[in-house]
Amino acid sequence: MADEPLLRVEDLQKSFGGVTAVDGVSMEVYPGEVHAVIGPNGAGKTTLISLLAGELRPDRGRILFGARDIARRPAHARAKLGFARSFQITSVVPGMRVLDNVMLAVLARDARSFGFWRPARNDPALIRPAVAALERVGLAEVAEERAGAVSHGEHRQLEIAMTLAAEPELLLLDEPMAGMSAEESRRMTGILEDLKGEKTMLLVEHDMDVVFALADRISVLVGGRIAASGAPEAVRADEAVRRAYLGDEAA
Amino acid sequence: MSRTVGWLLLAALAAAPPLALAAGQPFYVDILTRLVCLAAAATSLNLILGHGGMISFGHAAYIGIGAYAVGIPAYYEIYDGWLHLLLAVACSALFALATGAVALRTRGVYFIMITMAFAQMVFFAVVSIEEYGGDDGLVIDIRSEFPLVDLEDSLTLYYACFAVLLGTLYLVHRLVRSRFGMVIEGARGNERRMAALGFAFYRHRLAAYTLAGALCGLSGAMLGNFTNFISPEMMDWTRSGELIFMVVLGGTGALFGPLMGAAVFLLLEELLSGWTIYWQLPFGLLLILVVLFARGGLAGLLEGRRG
Repeated sequence: MADEPLLRVEDLQKSFGGVTAVDGVSMEVYPGEVHAVIGPNGAGKTTLISLLAGELRPDRGRILFGARDIARRPAHARAKLGFARSFQITSVVPGMRVLDNVMLAVLARDARSFGFWRPARNDPALIRPAVAALERVGLAEVAEERAGAVSHGEHRQLEIAMTLAAEPELLLLDEPMAGMSAEESRRMTGILEDLKGEKTMLLVEHDMDVVFALADRISVLVGGRIAASGAPEAVRADEAVRRAYLGDEAA
Repeated sequence: MSRTVGWLLLAALAAAPPLALAAGQPFYVDILTRLVCLAAAATSLNLILGHGGMISFGHAAYIGIGAYAVGIPAYYEIYDGWLHLLLAVACSALFALATGAVALRTRGVYFIMITMAFAQMVFFAVVSIEEYGGDDGLVIDIRSEFPLVDLEDSLTLYYACFAVLLGTLYLVHRLVRSRFGMVIEGARGNERRMAALGFAFYRHRLAAYTLAGALCGLSGAMLGNFTNFISPEMMDWTRSGELIFMVVLGGTGALFGPLMGAAVFLLLEELLSGWTIYWQLPFGLLLILVVLFARGGLAGLLEGRRG
C-alpha cells in the first residue's frame, strides 16, 4: 500500500439543527484499497458520503484529495477531479436508454460536452467505453432498454457501470447492495471483487458478509464518530465494536 | 409514424399555397403563413420545454422582440432585411441570456413564474413607449427588404417563413442529437445524477435557453413582416400560453410535435371561432384530455404511446 493517502478526511463535522450527524470524523483512503464504512442505522454514513461527494457542505473540517482541500467544492467539480459515486437509492436518467446513461458518464469525463452539431448517439468515442463498462457489470444485453424499465438489480449494476465509465480515481459506493435479492447481491459482490485492486473504493454497506469479503480496511461509525478502524480481523475482534454494532446485528 | 405524418405535413405546407392562390383563395395563404411562423416559434420552445424540461412561460416575448426588431427600424425608414434579422436574433439572444442567467437558478413553479415575469416586463416596457405606438402598436408600411427576394409578394413571404420553419426544425433536430442535447436531456431526467457525474449543466441549459430565444426571435421577425402591424399584444402572457399549448398538444420532445400542435391549434381556432365566440372553452377541454390521456400528445398517439 502506498504511503500517501488518496483521500484524507480531517475532523469533519456536520450538524442538522441540534443533531450532529457527523462529529469530527478523520480517516484515510489509500490508493488501491477498499475501505468500508459500517455502522448502525443513524450512525451518519449517508451524511458522510454526501459530504465526501459534495452534496453537503461540512460545518468544519477538511477533505484532502491529493494535496487539495475540496471540502467546499460543488459535486460536479469533485466529479471532474475523479470522484464517482453510486447512490443508495437508484439514481439514473429513467427516460433514456441504459446505454445512454453510461454514455453520459463517458461524456462527463470527456469534457467536450458542448458539441452542438455531430450526433452523439452513434459516436464510437462514447459508445465503446460505455459498452465496455456495461459488459464489465454484465448489462450488455439490456443496453437498448429504457433505464426506467429494467429491474432493481439491473439498476444497481447500471449505477456501478456509470461510476466505472467515468474512470474515476475514487469510487464512492453508497450501499450498492441495498434492496437486492440474495442472487443479485452475490452477482454484485462478484462485480466488486473483480474491481478490487484496480479501483480505489470507499464502500458504505450494511451487508456484513459483503464488507468482510471485500474490505481491506473497515472503519466503524457510531453516533457520528469513528469508533474503530483497521483490518477486518482486528475490527471483528474489537470489543467496543462488538458491543456497539455487531452485537446489535446478531441480536 | 409521427415522423411520416410530420414529413407529409411539411410536404402539404410546401405545396398548398400555390394551389390556394390558383383556386382563388388567397386567405388560406395568410393562415398558412401564420401557421408556419407559429410552428417555428413552438419548435424553438420545444427545445427547452420538451427536451430540456425548462417550462418557459415567457416565450412569446421573443416573438415580440423579433417583431419589434423589424418594426422599430422600419419606423425610422430602415428597411434592410438582413439588419432586421440580425437585430431580431441578437436582441432575443441577449434578452434570453440575461434573463435565463437568473431564471435558471430557480426550479419548478418558480421558473415558470420568473420567465413569465420577465416577459411581462418587456410587454409593459413596450406598452409604455409612446413613440412606438404604446399599446396601439405600430404599422409596418414596408416589409424587410432583401436582394432578389420581395416579401411584399405573399407567396414569396410564405416561402421565406417556411424556410425559417425548416431551418428551425433542422437545427433543433441536430442539437437534440448532439452531445449538448444529451446533456440537457439528462439534466431534465435527473439533475442530481448529472451533477454527480461532473456536469455543470447550468451552462448547457443557459446555452439552450439562449438558442431557443434567438430562434424564436427569428420567427417573430417573420411574423411581424407578415402581419404588417405589431403590438405588445403579440407578447402577452396568454400568447406564451398558446405556444406551450401547441407544444403539449403536439407532443413534447417530438421533433414534429410542435408543428402538428400548431396546425391543430390554428385549424380549431378557425373552425371554432366561426361557430361560437366561446371557442376557447373546447380548447381547454382538449388540453385537459391530452394531459390526462395522451401525455405524448399527437406525436405520442401516432407512435402508439400514451406517455
